[in-house]
Amino acid sequence: MKKYSAFAIAREALRHHTGWQRAWRDAQPKKRYDAIIIGAGGHGLATAYYLGKNFGITNVAILEKGWLGGGNTGRNTTIIRSNYLQDPSAAIYEKSRSLYETMSQDLNYNVMFSPRGVIMLAQTHHEVRGYQRTAHANMLQGVTTEFIGPEKVKELVPIININGPRYPVLGGLWQARGGTARHDAVAWGYARACSDMGMDVIQKCEVTGIRSENGKVVGVSTNRGDIDCDKLGMVVAGHSGHLADMAGFRLPIESVSLQALVSEPIKPCMDVVVMANTVHGYMSQSDKGEMVIGGGTDGYNNYTQRGSFHHIEETVRALIETFPMVSRLKMLRQWGGIVDVTGDRSPILSKTPVEGVFINCGWGTGGFKAIPGSGWAMAELIAKGRSPLTDAFGLNRFQEGRFIDESVAAGVAH
Amino acid sequence: MLILTCPNCGVTAEETEFHAGGEAHLTRFGPGASDDDFENYLFMRDNPKGVHFERWRHVYGCGKWFHAARDTVTLEIFGTYTAQTSTPPQNIIDKISDRRPDWQPPQKQ
Ligand SMILES: Cc1cc2nc3c(=O)[nH]c(=O)nc-3n(C[C@H](O)[C@H](O)[C@H](O)COP(=O)(O)OP(=O)(O)OC[C@H]3O[C@@H](n4cnc5c(N)ncnc54)[C@H](O)[C@@H]3O)c2cc1C
Ligand SMILES: [Zn+2]
Repeated sequence: MKKYSAFAIAREALRHHTGWQRAWRDAQPKKRYDAIIIGAGGHGLATAYYLGKNFGITNVAILEKGWLGGGNTGRNTTIIRSNYLQDPSAAIYEKSRSLYETMSQDLNYNVMFSPRGVIMLAQTHHEVRGYQRTAHANMLQGVTTEFIGPEKVKELVPIININGPRYPVLGGLWQARGGTARHDAVAWGYARACSDMGMDVIQKCEVTGIRSENGKVVGVSTNRGDIDCDKLGMVVAGHSGHLADMAGFRLPIESVSLQALVSEPIKPCMDVVVMANTVHGYMSQSDKGEMVIGGGTDGYNNYTQRGSFHHIEETVRALIETFPMVSRLKMLRQWGGIVDVTGDRSPILSKTPVEGVFINCGWGTGGFKAIPGSGWAMAELIAKGRSPLTDAFGLNRFQEGRFIDESVAAGVAH
Repeated sequence: MLILTCPNCGVTAEETEFHAGGEAHLTRFGPGASDDDFENYLFMRDNPKGVHFERWRHVYGCGKWFHAARDTVTLEIFGTYTAQTSTPPQNIIDKISDRRPDWQPPQKQ
């Protein structure tokens, strides 16, 4: 693989861009792999990448039924933060956030990580107490966050109305090194690095069955034939229940639609990410100038990648109160993604009842930020059978009552 | 936007008049149950890609609960029926089989 660099751009400019290579090979499935990862979203690709990079396991295929990053990885609002309340969450999300800091260099691919800062607004006294508690927890966890007052919020976000009639801004939880990244680039960068290590990234390859013998996995069936493997990672977000059903077990997961929308591009007006959880809305401005807006999920199970219109209405209505300028914006596009929501709103990184099958799911409405950390931890779990980062996120926690209750920090928006 | 008919009061309305209540026909377990049964009842869900039996409440109408059979991929609603049953009634099963000849009624967990 040729490296991308300033020199490469200059060289290609001089020869009419004839020397660029494919970023990844269009691989055909082999008969057998040491490990197969189902799902080429960010989490699946990152898992494969760290299997190779940290554990030298490179006889790996990543099978994707559609196109690379066409699931939630290419549909999210790209907020990255690690200001969670519970220790196991802080550990994996902060690992992830810190990996984002150097991801462009590691992958030699510009993922446009922009640590512009994230504010979570406190708009009720309950939220003020909640976020102060989180700020204290973060201090103990070594995650740098700060509770700031309304004047500081106004200084950071001049377009905000802090004296709204229903929900005045009473302060906010500020993480200065949170931010955003280019979601497609994260998938593409990992795919390119995986392909470079000799792994097969296989698109348009849908897993239709999971084959096991005596309780141990032996391979998968796909629309492109049977493929054997020793170890299998299911990393399919909203489709986890469907895949688990093929393998013969159930999950504490429901798949629902989460929507987002973007406005017409406007001049730079907001250079941080703002989340308003009480009113169910969050917003940032993309490099193209579009206001990127996300809201709440539908209440019913859904696999259609579109949601109900009234959620858009509710989100925008809520944002107008806090950002009056939104009322004059035209919205350009709206879409949905199928998010996998668990009983305690925390992810599952776990062994499963089928030996050799590992599952990574349940990131729900907030797993973009977790891609590198989750891949790092999942690779260790698959390679060694255990990872300190995943210990608390096992499937058994539901039976044992050891929930990682992040619904305060993570129930709605990310 | 879903359009549902409440079998309790007969009103047909769009989904904002209703509230989704999750998977239907769960067998409830209480004290004395095995850990597996209790976990299954509280947390584990079928979450099918296709036919789903679910609970709804007519919150902004008569206020009562009912059941619906719906396809999670096409959003087609096969029918709604009373909440006073622990299995889908035969007429609903027949309607689904009409529309989805390959579909198998679920085994009770
Ligand atoms: C509107 C919206 C906004 C969001 N905003 C944020 C945010 O601001 N910050 C944040 O951190 N998170 C956010 N999220 C959540 C985040 O997008 C997800 O948690 C994350 O992208 C999940 O990544 P993944 O790799 O697990 O899943 P996906 O990217 O969905 O990848 C799973 C892949 O598996 C494939 N697959 C499924 N079934 C099969 C099969 N049978 N065979 C082969 N392949 C299969 C799918 O095609 C898909 O490509 C948002 C989500 C949505 C929908
Ligand atoms: Zn009614």
